[in-house]
Amino acid sequence: MASKSKRVIPGTTIFDGDMARKGYALNKMCYSFNSEENRQAFLADREGYCARFGLNAEQTKAVLDLSVLAMLAAGGNAYFIAKLGGIYKLDMQDVGAQQTGMTKAEFQAKLVAAGKN
Amino acid sequence: MARIVGGISVTHVPYIGRAIANSLQQDAYWKPFFDGFPPVHAWLDKVKPDVAVVVYNDHGLNFFLDKMPTFAIGAAEEYRNADEGWGIPTVAPFKGDPDLSWHLIDSLIEAEFDLTTCQEMLVDHAFTLPLELLWPKRNAALRTVPVCQNTVQFPLPTPKRCLAFGRAIGKAIESWDSDARVVVIGTGGLSHQLDGERAGFINKKFDLEFMEKLVTDPDWVTRYSITDLVELTGTQGVELINWLTARGALGGAVKAIHTNYHIPISNTAAGLIAMETV
Repeated sequence: MASKSKRVIPGTTIFDGDMARKGYALNKMCYSFNSEENRQAFLADREGYCARFGLNAEQTKAVLDLSVLAMLAAGGNAYFIAKLGGIYKLDMQDVGAQQTGMTKAEFQAKLVAAGKN
Repeated sequence: MARIVGGISVTHVPYIGRAIANSLQQDAYWKPFFDGFPPVHAWLDKVKPDVAVVVYNDHGLNFFLDKMPTFAIGAAEEYRNADEGWGIPTVAPFKGDPDLSWHLIDSLIEAEFDLTTCQEMLVDHAFTLPLELLWPKRNAALRTVPVCQNTVQFPLPTPKRCLAFGRAIGKAIESWDSDARVVVIGTGGLSHQLDGERAGFINKKFDLEFMEKLVTDPDWVTRYSITDLVELTGTQGVELINWLTARGALGGAVKAIHTNYHIPISNTAAGLIAMETV
């Protein structure tokens, strides 16, 4: 495939065709988490559940580590990763804090500060 | 012929569903957001729409990446909400308007907007929460038509295309042989980014300019590419294309009835505009 030069926005991944292809299995697994039965099946055997959806080693490790940045790098889409986060009762400030290396309180303070500028 | 009474653009953060379910509207965190709505309720009581056409984006409830339409429209008798996986309560189904849906499908495809048509369609928080916010006591008589735009998998439709799509929706509604009064709603945004090291990005300056231009000069938005909008508003802030499509449907000049803007709701800059056609 001819390589296209892509515009880089720091700290931002555009979920384009390349990422959608790379992350398909991971996102398909996360899509299954719209069902409570599937969420429970995942919790009962996390590694086996990843294998059932054909996740590769990088994706499986990212899921087991619950590392959002690693899931994004492995082709995960934010909306689908959020369904996995929901299983662990992580809200968007937990997820934001994890990705930016802040505490949740620091991340929330950053959001509040954005309204005062 | 049917008449477009106006339009409303509003944020659709999932977290709002929990606030409604737990009656937190007057809680200190939520009050600046919920206090934006009573003037819009009063306006809706005055203009009394029979039908709401809702332009939104699905987040992996009805559409997965196996089939991802750029533009899709519901053509069902009713639209059900379902478990989205992130623990927000599901809400009762909304009534459809298949006559308007098929009129829109016929008109829009004739106008060369080749939509995906859905006789069954689950609607997620981006459709349900704005309706819950705008009609907190459910208006059981209200009929709805969901119009779903892809904001999940790039490439997304350009702002220029969305504005033209919206204008075609407006023309189609106005050519519908019905005495219905129609409101067009656009949901999502404003600036926010959930993913990556730039998570938590918010751009108040751009949002405020966007809100002003949406009312007075919507073509202004078409100077930006989707990638420009990602840079300016965040990876999910790009949902503002739903606002643009809805604004397009209102046609030329409009008058802002009420606006509100508050940071943050969850990770999002929350915006609201009610516009009346003039």
